Amino acid sequence: MGNRLDLRLLPRLLLALLGAAVVAWIAYKATQNSAQFVTVSLNGLTLAALYFVVAAGFTLIFGLMRVVNMAHGSLYLLAGYLAFTTQQSWFGVSSNLLFGHTVSVASWVVPLIFGTIVIGAVGLAMQQVLLRWNQGQDLRQALLTIALSVILADQMLAHFGGIAQSIQQPTLWPNSVPVLGTHYGFFRLVIVVGAALIIGGLLWGVIRFTRLGMIIRAGVDDRAMVSALGINVQLVFAGAFLIGALLAGFGGVLGGTMIAVQPGIDARFLLNSLIVVIIGGMGSLGGAVIGSLALGFVNAYADVYLQFGSTDLTNYSILLTFVLVVVMLAVRPLGLFGRPA
Amino acid sequence: MSGAQAPGVVRDTVGVARMRRPRITRARILTWSAVGFLLLVCVLAPVIFTSYWLSQILTKALWLGIAAVSLIFLSRYGGMISLAQVGLYAIAGFTMANLGSAFGGHHLGWNPWVAAGAGVAAATLFGLLFGAIAARSHGIYFLMITLALSVIVFYFFGQATSFSGYGGIRNVATPGLVGNPIIHPEGLYYLSLVASILILMGIRYLARTPFGLALQGIRDDPARMRALGYNVSLHRTLAFGAGAFIAGIAGILSVWYQTQISPGGVDIGQTINVLVIAVIGGLYWLEGAWIGALLFTVLDNYSRTWLPTVGLWLGPERFETLLGVIFLLIVLLSPGGLVGIWNGLRRRLVKVLGH
Repeated sequence: MGNRLDLRLLPRLLLALLGAAVVAWIAYKATQNSAQFVTVSLNGLTLAALYFVVAAGFTLIFGLMRVVNMAHGSLYLLAGYLAFTTQQSWFGVSSNLLFGHTVSVASWVVPLIFGTIVIGAVGLAMQQVLLRWNQGQDLRQALLTIALSVILADQMLAHFGGIAQSIQQPTLWPNSVPVLGTHYGFFRLVIVVGAALIIGGLLWGVIRFTRLGMIIRAGVDDRAMVSALGINVQLVFAGAFLIGALLAGFGGVLGGTMIAVQPGIDARFLLNSLIVVIIGGMGSLGGAVIGSLALGFVNAYADVYLQFGSTDLTNYSILLTFVLVVVMLAVRPLGLFGRPA
Repeated sequence: MSGAQAPGVVRDTVGVARMRRPRITRARILTWSAVGFLLLVCVLAPVIFTSYWLSQILTKALWLGIAAVSLIFLSRYGGMISLAQVGLYAIAGFTMANLGSAFGGHHLGWNPWVAAGAGVAAATLFGLLFGAIAARSHGIYFLMITLALSVIVFYFFGQATSFSGYGGIRNVATPGLVGNPIIHPEGLYYLSLVASILILMGIRYLARTPFGLALQGIRDDPARMRALGYNVSLHRTLAFGAGAFIAGIAGILSVWYQTQISPGGVDIGQTINVLVIAVIGGLYWLEGAWIGALLFTVLDNYSRTWLPTVGLWLGPERFETLLGVIFLLIVLLSPGGLVGIWNGLRRRLVKVLGH
């Protein structure tokens, strides 16, 4: 290159400058109010944990089967509604919780297990009935799952109404825990992040060390070869879809407790999952971790730190998500760890 | 497509393609008289149909058809299934509503035609930007990225209340030619009709230009076109810009039709509606867009009266469920949409009638 500046480096240079400016601005804001910084950062971390649980299922299904499950957000929301209704009807937990009313641990855990398992079954049924016989026609499969998401969204509106509800966490658990000189929600920090860590660890362990994981890894690379080796690929596919749906369901109950269950959440979590895999690369677990962290932190910081003096730009925070996607696709069209199909 | 012999082309003994002289066949006469009849019905529609049908069904079907044809254009000639078309038409609609006179938003009071032109220009520019982002991806990745872009546009207008005027911009001024679309539906009807015909002819023309041919080559074999020296990403990006231009026109017409625009009208549901219309139309046949749109609006209007109530599962309120089931059935049974069914029937009809 000699002394001439390589023009192809210019976009990357600009990106690096932009990144440095963002970091400097956050650091400046952090020194202004460190308690707020801790809270906002933990918001980002806990959101990332939830996004990861949901998107891990999405990326697993895609990586192995090339199925983009557009109904993933609908499964997520349906799990939330199922857990919410069972908590109400089986345990008599009221949604507008009066002071002193107790919620036992069982009345949260049982709906969690119920919601997760039912969604796993729904996902498996979906794969067996709608997707199994047109394996390889990825567009058609995506359209089928879109059709299903339309039906599910409308049926959920009919059966559960349009009001925002939330699943109650057990009253036995503390409301908040002290962190770095401030207090933060126990459920978000301990339960959600803990669940994400356990799930991430389990998935990693299974994929890395077990025979099933070996088949999955091989299947991601070359499905035809795996099937030629005498492995029942249909069984592996069904298993992967079951796990993916279970993760959507589990995430839905966590999210329904942490945020809310209401119409529109399905589209939001489909978008989140899409962005996570666009950033991280389809089918990559490590990519899902990084994608979730990036999206979670961008969402959290953009919601609070887009205030420059008296100009409040927090209304435009979604634009930063857009910038994140654009930058990622400009640098790596297949995501961080994505590989061509 | 590649390799298959196009109709009307014969190969002589040395294998050189040569156009056969168009013959006046019975099928041709049938087709052209059908087109003429259809055109006549379209022109006379304000006399034939009630004004309710004209505005609630036909005009709506025309602009929804334009939105769907922008998707079909990209799918047929570029091999790109884009879910960003509603996001792009939202950009056109909101830009126009902010620049013109309205209640809510910035209402800068521009002339409606100028504001509309600026809206379409904004949609085209964003289309080029979106295209540049998504053009390097293919197939299912492209679908995902464009869906993400469309949903981001929806959330942007939901959040940015200075652009979307707290729950929507109402009383958007229409040009004198359109007037009040509720009292005088004819103006907007004819405008939408002319726009639809021009867009249809424009797409057909574009497909025959060197650009259009290169685009189709890229659709069939990107690697070979790249080897031949074509800039694949640039062609796909420009095509996406053209699709955004068409979607922008649909956005302008939709705002004039409703005289308002709100974030709720350009959500993921509307994105899917336009996709469903395009899929009903067959995804590869331009005219199918308007047929799908007509079916969609008729169902939308009348399902509310005849849908039986079955517990909470089905009822007058459950149009989306009906739509989802129809969508599911079409994708399962006839991936070619209604056009696929029609083509099957026509092939038999032509066989019966002979040439």
